Amino acid sequence: MEVVAEGIPLEHFLVLSAVLFSIGVYGVLARRNAVLILMSVELMLNAVSINLVAFAVYTAPTLFVGIIFAVFVITIAAAEVGLALGIVLRVFRNRGTANVDEVDSLKW
Amino acid sequence: MTQVFFDIMAATVILGALGVVLVRNVVYAALFLIMSLMGVAGLYILLSVEFLALVQVLIYGGAVTVLILFALMLTRARELRQKLDGDQRPLAAVAALTLLGAFVTMFRETTWPRDIEQVTVIPFDTIGTALFNRWAVPFEIASGVLLVALVGAIVISMQEEGER
Repeated sequence: MEVVAEGIPLEHFLVLSAVLFSIGVYGVLARRNAVLILMSVELMLNAVSINLVAFAVYTAPTLFVGIIFAVFVITIAAAEVGLALGIVLRVFRNRGTANVDEVDSLKW
Repeated sequence: MTQVFFDIMAATVILGALGVVLVRNVVYAALFLIMSLMGVAGLYILLSVEFLALVQVLIYGGAVTVLILFALMLTRARELRQKLDGDQRPLAAVAALTLLGAFVTMFRETTWPRDIEQVTVIPFDTIGTALFNRWAVPFEIASGVLLVALVGAIVISMQEEGER
């Protein structure tokens, strides 16, 4: 069967996912709005998925464990985003804000 | 040809991600998130994993982004015209760049296996068979997690008596 990704070294995918992950880290640290932080977390999860799939395709093509793992990562990401947005809505209703630095009841 | 496709998809992913963390309008940020995630779906096609590409488009392009847009609407993040970034922005940039530098150094120092010639397209039914045989228990646990998360989300965001 034809290999689509032929000619592209594995490092390209790794560097791409590292860049994506770093952008996600920047977003999580720099943003104030909880929903924007969640979007950045999604970016980081996708970076991990790219890594898993690239390693699965390049190093263990007959086992494809990485692909199964990526399916589970997507599942957990969906659960996480639903739950987290529920919490954000609740915080917004109780506190009138969705900014994480204004929700500081536990800050001593 | 493949290299060009990879470059286009990588540019889509990176530009979309930069849009998510840099733009001043939260709705635009959500739309940039769709762009980035669809670029990731393109990369899955490049890696000949069509199943994941389809799942990516369905779950992220369809469900997750719509959820995020609804949350943005319900928290009225757009009307307030507030500052979207905290004061720790330079520190965040330093942290992210340090992390990136560490990753890239590590990738350059390591020799990775190169047996891409052996790769074949994995058919849908093989993935399905593996998912329901070898990975049946994790699969069921994942569905349990989804159920609990959805019920929990409903319970958490439900309006309680005496609230407001």
